Amino acid sequence: MEKEGQIRIPSGCAIAAVISTEGKLMSGEGIARSMIPMHERSNGLGGGFAGYGIYPEYKDFYALHLFFDDRTTRKNCESFLKEYFEIVQSERIPTRTIPLITDEPMIWRYFVSPLPSLLIRLQLDEKELVARCVMKINREMSGAYVFSSGKNMGTFKAVGFPEDVGLFYRLEEYEGYSWTAHGRYPTNTPGWWGGAHPFTLLDYSVVHNGEISSYDANRRFIEMFGYQCTLQTDTEVITYIMDYLIRRQGLTLKEAASVIAAPFWSTIEAEKNEEKERHAYLRMMFPSLLITGPFSIVFGFTGGLMALNDRLKLRSMVVGEKEDKVFIASEEAAIRALEPDTENIWAPSGGEAVVVKVKEEAMKWV
Amino acid sequence: MGIDYIVPEFEVVRNEQRCIHCRVCERQCANEVHSYSEEAGMMLSDETRCVNCQRCVSLCPTRALKIVKNPCSFRENANWQPDLIKEVYRQASTGGVLLSSMGTPKPYPVYWDRILINASQVTNPSIDPLREPMETKVFLGKRPEKISRDPEGNLITKLPPQITLSMPVMFSAMSYGSISYNAHASLARASTKLGILYNTGEGGLHEDFYRYGPNTIVQVASGRFGVHEGYLEAGAAIEIKMGQGAKPGIGGHLPGAKIVGDVSRTRMIPEGTDAISPAPHHDIYSIEDLRQLVYSLKEATNYEKPVIVKVAAVHNIAAIASGIARSGADIIAIDGFRGGTGAAPTRIRDNVGIPIELALASVDRRLRDEGIRGNVSLVVGGSIRCASDVVKAIALGADACYIATAALLALGCHLCRTCHSGKCNWGIATQRPDLVKRLNPDIGSERLVNLMNAWRHEIMELMGGMGINSIEALKGNRLMLRGVGLSGKELEILGISHAGE
Repeated sequence: MEKEGQIRIPSGCAIAAVISTEGKLMSGEGIARSMIPMHERSNGLGGGFAGYGIYPEYKDFYALHLFFDDRTTRKNCESFLKEYFEIVQSERIPTRTIPLITDEPMIWRYFVSPLPSLLIRLQLDEKELVARCVMKINREMSGAYVFSSGKNMGTFKAVGFPEDVGLFYRLEEYEGYSWTAHGRYPTNTPGWWGGAHPFTLLDYSVVHNGEISSYDANRRFIEMFGYQCTLQTDTEVITYIMDYLIRRQGLTLKEAASVIAAPFWSTIEAEKNEEKERHAYLRMMFPSLLITGPFSIVFGFTGGLMALNDRLKLRSMVVGEKEDKVFIASEEAAIRALEPDTENIWAPSGGEAVVVKVKEEAMKWV
Repeated sequence: MGIDYIVPEFEVVRNEQRCIHCRVCERQCANEVHSYSEEAGMMLSDETRCVNCQRCVSLCPTRALKIVKNPCSFRENANWQPDLIKEVYRQASTGGVLLSSMGTPKPYPVYWDRILINASQVTNPSIDPLREPMETKVFLGKRPEKISRDPEGNLITKLPPQITLSMPVMFSAMSYGSISYNAHASLARASTKLGILYNTGEGGLHEDFYRYGPNTIVQVASGRFGVHEGYLEAGAAIEIKMGQGAKPGIGGHLPGAKIVGDVSRTRMIPEGTDAISPAPHHDIYSIEDLRQLVYSLKEATNYEKPVIVKVAAVHNIAAIASGIARSGADIIAIDGFRGGTGAAPTRIRDNVGIPIELALASVDRRLRDEGIRGNVSLVVGGSIRCASDVVKAIALGADACYIATAALLALGCHLCRTCHSGKCNWGIATQRPDLVKRLNPDIGSERLVNLMNAWRHEIMELMGGMGINSIEALKGNRLMLRGVGLSGKELEILGISHAGE
């Protein structure tokens, strides 16, 4: 049977996320619990989480999370990493043996810093070098797979139901100011851990529910800029699009949102002056990055989250608040599981980006 | 005079019981097939002149006429097909190069017919264009590689000049001269009404049509017929014609018989002279020369109009297109070898060039491999026959399509393939005033509008089926296509999987 990446596998999903605008830390236990009421939205073939602010002691280093098929691959990969990075810490990611999660690969993490001499020689900035190394390993090193590569954040994913994946990775032992979660319902059984979500690049992570119809138009465009879509999943291509628009083009989150979920021309024509010009410009400038078909995504980044639906709102997604916390989920039940007294629950309309950021003063110490 | 070896290709079958000797057929046939014999009291036919344009059949009030293929034929021979034998006879009697019109009729593979389109089932919803917005608007032109901001951090929203189309189809170049005033009027008016563009071709722009400028592409070809400052400024875009799918490697041909009156004035050449454009542009012998012409035209029009470079699909098209993309062109138009023509040497039309499907697929891939696909727009023509051909072309990677034969069919053309004779009975490919007036531009433009509206609806239905509600999400979306009955190599070039994969 072909592995994920050799074929394209559509899937339905559940997503959830939480963030503290005060930068208060929350254990990962809560977000795992929130996935339980949405059990029916997954089929046990993939679950995962991303936590931000979880590695304060290594916050200046890129945290690389890797799956390895065997020891030889790990050794080869480590010698590759040493050519580009100083590795300050390498260790197995702690897991708990439970009957519902089986066939785990070797799961390691490395805290690394790019070699400064190399950055000068290659004329690259730090992030670009990390991104290129991650894509090189994932494309060329069979049996090794980087599934997390940001600073002071980390992704944890596996084949299984999300609540079990949370248990497996001992999420209760991590504390973060924001968390995202994903449960997957793929239409066949790849059984490969790398195929689970969230998908990440640097500190950007995406959890997504939907199946986009623009996939190949988006993929073929974004691949012009050095991205390699090795998994053939929507989540992967959306992550690369966001990275391209925000990091490489320098768009704001809202601008990026109005590229991928662009307003209809009829809406733009009814808008006024600057807004009209801006929306028209963004659509004309990046037509191949418009995403059509159903999606609801939570885009995670250092210090914040952005929730976004496709412009027809073909997937459910609700947002709620309680004190300093903002919750996003496919279903209200997930939010209630996390915080029964959540207030102001509302459903953002199609194409309406909801951006939540940790307050600037709070970011100084997280 | 010796024996005419060529047996007429068609037979005029006249039902004598129905024929009322009204002589409509006689008056309608510019080829003078029909005549009335007072002595015999009946209509006669000279079938050697018949081109099977069906004009007489359509106008016969009693439906007494049929034009059928003449069953009288050469002894069967798989190698020496009847057309080849006749062509030898014709050349032996005249010593000339054979001329033909419209696209090649030879049975070359039509890849559109070997490609199937996807639709949504279960995992994502199809979208109903009757109930949801469905966008077909397209912009053609250059895109900068990066955004820029003013000192306050606001986006600078100015883009290089763009063409706006309500749907991804334009009427391709057909010169005034090769087609009639009324045909041009129909195309110009329909384009304006539809919010798309038509193309003047290489014969200049009749002064009456300057008012349709915002919906006009003005063409500059190697003959430079009718090119002057006002002409360049009249259109929404300027097209440099380097080649044409039906006759790659040679210039345009317009027989002197069609260079009369306004045609001569518009082209700025004397009446009755053959307008044979030079094979190359004599100021473009290389890619760097093309760049100079592109910028000369931009300079002449104050950088306000996109410049299209049109080339025929030939073997090395991917590298050529890549060169054009770097030459300053805003839009590349590629014309496949099945494309039409008002007159072309038969041997060239039937043997030179490559199919548009393969050319498009390899150009799109090459420009992406080089990371410059986003900088230019790609327009393809050369036998786009229907809405599904358009959808397939966009999914392979085109921004928009050029159509011409389909537009002429809408105006009444019956594809008799004798445009070069100048005796088009439908008033399209002729300059004879009595024939031109047969095409009413009011009706002609309405039929073109109908055709395009019908295609737009069909494009929207096909898009909705795929769960796509905006045409840009279809562009280059090759996952939406599958091949049937194609070899591994053909699939590789097209960049699509086989059905069932």
